[in-house]
Amino acid sequence: MSLMEQFERGLDAPICLTWELTYACNLACVHCLSSSGRRDPRELSMAECQQVIDALQRMQVFYVNIGGGEPTVRSDFWELVDYATSHQVGVKFSTNGVKIDEYAARRLAASNYVDVQISLDGATAQVNDAVRGPGSYAIARRAMDHLRAAGFAGFKLSVVMTRHNIGQLDELKALADSYRAQLRLTRLRPSGRGADTWPELHPTAVQQRQLYDWLDARGEQVLTGDSFFHLAPYGGPLPGLNLCGAGRVVCLIDPVGDVYACPFAIHQEFLAGNVRQLGGFERVWRSSALFAELRAPSSGGACRSCGFFDSCRGGCMAAKFFTGLPLDGPDPECVRGLGEQALQAAGPAAGPRPSADHSRRRGPVPVTIGRPPARACDENPLAGLAAESRG
Amino acid sequence: MSTDVPASWRAGAPGGPAAGFDLDRPWRLDDRVAVRPEPFGALLYHFGTRRLSFLKNTTVLEVIRSLGDHPSVRSACAAAGIGPAALPAYERALATLAESHMIREWPVSEGRVS
Repeated sequence: MSLMEQFERGLDAPICLTWELTYACNLACVHCLSSSGRRDPRELSMAECQQVIDALQRMQVFYVNIGGGEPTVRSDFWELVDYATSHQVGVKFSTNGVKIDEYAARRLAASNYVDVQISLDGATAQVNDAVRGPGSYAIARRAMDHLRAAGFAGFKLSVVMTRHNIGQLDELKALADSYRAQLRLTRLRPSGRGADTWPELHPTAVQQRQLYDWLDARGEQVLTGDSFFHLAPYGGPLPGLNLCGAGRVVCLIDPVGDVYACPFAIHQEFLAGNVRQLGGFERVWRSSALFAELRAPSSGGACRSCGFFDSCRGGCMAAKFFTGLPLDGPDPECVRGLGEQALQAAGPAAGPRPSADHSRRRGPVPVTIGRPPARACDENPLAGLAAESRG
Repeated sequence: MSTDVPASWRAGAPGGPAAGFDLDRPWRLDDRVAVRPEPFGALLYHFGTRRLSFLKNTTVLEVIRSLGDHPSVRSACAAAGIGPAALPAYERALATLAESHMIREWPVSEGRVS
């Protein structure tokens, strides 16, 4: 069995995992994977978070990608980072930069085991703010300025690729270089609020090719979170594992402790368990029926006979799921255009809706009290209805 | 997925000559490297470079774990039962690990590499 096959059958512990600490966020990005905005009252307490880290240490998980929501808005965020790194669990966290002031930047620069990813989805405020909201470009740049001033070289500038920023690839690279940061480009997924915006935002077929060629020319200089393996048929694999790691070598823990197969698949269908259950995270990882299924050899379905199957492996499970495509068929961004054809055949709005939504409500929610009683002392709740419904 | 590990599936596989890697020098596992044994060998993760590597069998795991007890890589390999015929393959695997800074020549110069 090849090493890649061994990985596809799943490891005893994840290599790394994504941990969304809170659904609270100061921004409301239109493509948010986790539909974040408001805190969930059931979010894990500090003591519960520490138990998760203890489990990760026992399992020798190398590092966690902490995200949200905006993880730094949790008041115990730094305490948790310290707890993880002092328990041999490395931390990489994604932030929009809102809490990265001078003090935080100095603190981060002093640690060998903490890495930072600043999210920015355009090289200019105009392109970024259209997706991440007004003022978000300035927030990110200010955080980057603090990191540079503190001497934190090599932090990550993390960009979700859209139709509007693929034309800025060189500018984004130059921006990262000017901060001695490393550029990280990832794929736009139709997950969370992205389900609504993906059709308009995802790169065109021509842009996908442009992106692939650009990445291919830069090799390991640019990180991708292994998110473009569906483009490998254009000319060979980009650096990375090039496989779907969902439930096999990665997973997601959400703010309330639910464990999903991957960060792009927050839906009942991909829910493996909860860290609050008996046996905690270890038991979920090792005994979940869903994960066992994801680790079972797959037939490859409709893609099996395609000559490119060995390089793209059928693409991203979550991208297929949330666009309403069968999981054993082509990726919606299949380089041969097969996904696009399938999407057109399925028609609009074929995809399932995300199971959880913590988006902030826009403005006050209008409350309808109902109609006034027909008579001052009428206690019959149906009073007046019958007459009205006849009319 | 979300692993930013520029891992190479080819790590440890037969490849070109092991330039700059001297079997007769002492080498050590870098102290920022975490080693996780796996049924197929082991996973190595370097916290400094954030790079992942694979050890494709348990013998090479035994070798890198014992490097600290040996004056040279050659003697560590011999102690792990690697005969002359198999040695070149292990030399290439270890040279790959040296290239990605998972193991470092000893004694290393003072001062940390960031």
